[in-house]
Amino acid sequence: MEKMLNVYLFGKKYEVPAGLTIMTAMEYAGYELVRGCGCRNGFCGACATIYRIKGQVELHGCLACQTEIEEGMYVATLPFFPLEKRIYNIEEIKPDQQIMMQLYPEIYSCIGCNACTKACTQELNVMQYIAYAQRGEYEKCAEESFDCVMCGVCSSRCPAGISHPQVAMLARRLNGKYIAPECGHLNDRVNEINEGIFDEKMAELIGKSIDNVQELKDMYNNREIEK
Amino acid sequence: MYKIDRFNELAEKVAAKRAENAALEPRRMTAEEKDALLAEFHPDYKQGEFTVLTAGPNKGEKVPTQLADLLQAHSRISADSVDLTKPDYDTDVLIIGGGGAGASAAIEADEAGVKAMIVTKLRIGDANTMMAEGGIQAADKPNDSPAIHFVDAFGGGHFAAKPELVAKLVTKAPECIQWLNKLGVEFDKEPDGTMVTTHGGGTSRKRMHAAKDYSGAEIMRTLRDEVINRGIPVIDFTAAVEIILDKDGKAAGAVLMNMETKELLVARAKTVIIATGGAGRLHYQGFPTSNHYGATADGLVLGYRAGAKLLYADTLQYHPTGTAYPEQIFGALVTEKVRSLGAKLVNIDGDVFMHPLETRDVTAASIIRECTAKGKGIETEQGMGVWLDTPMIEYKNGEGTIEKRIPAMLRMFGKYGIDIRKEPILVYPTLHYQNGGLDIDTYGVTGVENLYAAGEVAGGIHGRNRLMGNSLLDVIVFGRNAGIYAAAKAKETGAPEGLNLNHIAAYDKELAAAGIETDIVSPKLLPDYARKTK
Repeated sequence: MEKMLNVYLFGKKYEVPAGLTIMTAMEYAGYELVRGCGCRNGFCGACATIYRIKGQVELHGCLACQTEIEEGMYVATLPFFPLEKRIYNIEEIKPDQQIMMQLYPEIYSCIGCNACTKACTQELNVMQYIAYAQRGEYEKCAEESFDCVMCGVCSSRCPAGISHPQVAMLARRLNGKYIAPECGHLNDRVNEINEGIFDEKMAELIGKSIDNVQELKDMYNNREIEK
Repeated sequence: MYKIDRFNELAEKVAAKRAENAALEPRRMTAEEKDALLAEFHPDYKQGEFTVLTAGPNKGEKVPTQLADLLQAHSRISADSVDLTKPDYDTDVLIIGGGGAGASAAIEADEAGVKAMIVTKLRIGDANTMMAEGGIQAADKPNDSPAIHFVDAFGGGHFAAKPELVAKLVTKAPECIQWLNKLGVEFDKEPDGTMVTTHGGGTSRKRMHAAKDYSGAEIMRTLRDEVINRGIPVIDFTAAVEIILDKDGKAAGAVLMNMETKELLVARAKTVIIATGGAGRLHYQGFPTSNHYGATADGLVLGYRAGAKLLYADTLQYHPTGTAYPEQIFGALVTEKVRSLGAKLVNIDGDVFMHPLETRDVTAASIIRECTAKGKGIETEQGMGVWLDTPMIEYKNGEGTIEKRIPAMLRMFGKYGIDIRKEPILVYPTLHYQNGGLDIDTYGVTGVENLYAAGEVAGGIHGRNRLMGNSLLDVIVFGRNAGIYAAAKAKETGAPEGLNLNHIAAYDKELAAAGIETDIVSPKLLPDYARKTK
């Protein structure tokens, strides 16, 4: 007989086998999930969840697909949270401090309670990346927020109404487009392709693949592999 | 530490041989050795797992049995379920699916100045693109060229791909990296801007570009942000359940279903792009999968019933390194980048049994052989596994490499007490990718006029096996491509007339004529994971 645990899904008690995740426990209980379930691998943020262990004070944020159930877990999923995303044209904005003041002025209302960091399902230092955003330090904000899955649990806990994942999204795009160094060899190669210098070789390969596959096989099997 | 003592004891054997194994450069297999290995151990070669289709455009060809059941099933609706003369949505380009290909197509269609609209049965970004960890290929370094990339991809796919599609894939690759970078996608770069690139299985040059091991997530969230900035309508939690055709048999929209209320809606469009992704959640041959929740082959069903042909629907990719333990993440992807960074595959005795960067089909078959015929696998609660010696990465490249380059892997195992910097992990092949799909030409058009396909749902680009980093590339190249051509076609197309669903009844007749009796309706939309209580 496998060990069973008591979990409370939206307050209702279910007995489920130990070892399940919150998500598979819900399915074991009979839920046919439509919302609150996406990649099931911890990358998409669809299964944001809040739980508290019966009798304890602390409130935890987690991803239901990545969290093993515990005895006495009170679970509420957060399949949607109204994050505020501001609209901008990435071609027209600049990576200066001004843009954050303009698009996300509420970040300056942060009271430093750190509830966002405590709630983060990815254990990111959310308050710190918001501080970087306030100062226009987008490279640091991008790095600190990089593993964000935009689940929104941080924002659900924020007394200042900040939509942290959206702030970080803007910072990363600014960093990726404007701040990170440009790649010379990439631009060179795109130009070479546009000049057509590989066209002949490519036509030759397509030709071979149609009427001389053996030659291509020999090329493939004897090709030099970079160390 | 593993919770199971036996694993800790076995892991010590791996640690004891680490220095010796790290110095080893295992021989690569010959073409003949690979062929023999695949024929005996790759799941694609297990005849009993396939069914020959007796209805539809691919009659006479075999596909996985679970897919055959859905292809040769009835529609969820009948022609009189909806009033096609009163569309709820009217657009130029209708894009079904909100992953990397759908979002890329939408951006290009919008850029071309036509009305684009995305419908997706979950949310935009709930897609395999979001879960791609390792990277994206592009031949942009001086020692590399699109021609070298072509040979790697075409050969890796066993010379079966449509060469003109491979040519497009590799030639457009650098421009796509540039396009993404200009949208603000962050790539791992050296301080001077040089891309940090690594090998993938079967590559002859280091051309794998990455954003740590969140490569797909970084691309997907940026594309999603751009779609929203552009004001492109995204109708979420709404699945397409049937393609609508016009009086001439051209695609002219789709019947949609609200996933929560089950309300049916009609979307009329001048051109339609199917970008619904793969099929891992059908769990072919009982394999676990690395795919997202919605990967149920819907696009293949929609296209097939409307008359579009499939190509190589019988070839699947089993990613060599799915998680074999712990059970909570069973089947979850362990990125190939782990091997790109130097980790080797090791058996129960602590011995390296193959070159870690053979192509995926060969590597998967080799792991299966190690666990079956050779009897050198490690038994787990769910089945078998071999070691992937992750601490070797830092042994070779120095401390801190894992946190910097593969933070998602560190986190995923860390949640279960396994520190991949110190302990090797247990892996076994997991159902990862649909190599084939709807047959397309270089414009992205399927066999049905005005019906396009892009991304994992399309077939022919990767032949019978795909290389790491060529599918993130594929969704961007062919997603944009479909968006551009579907928009151009929409511009020269008038308002569709004579909208109908006649193909539903026609297909039912064909099923009956073939003697197929079934209660199954398709597309499947979501897997059936809820435990049935009495």
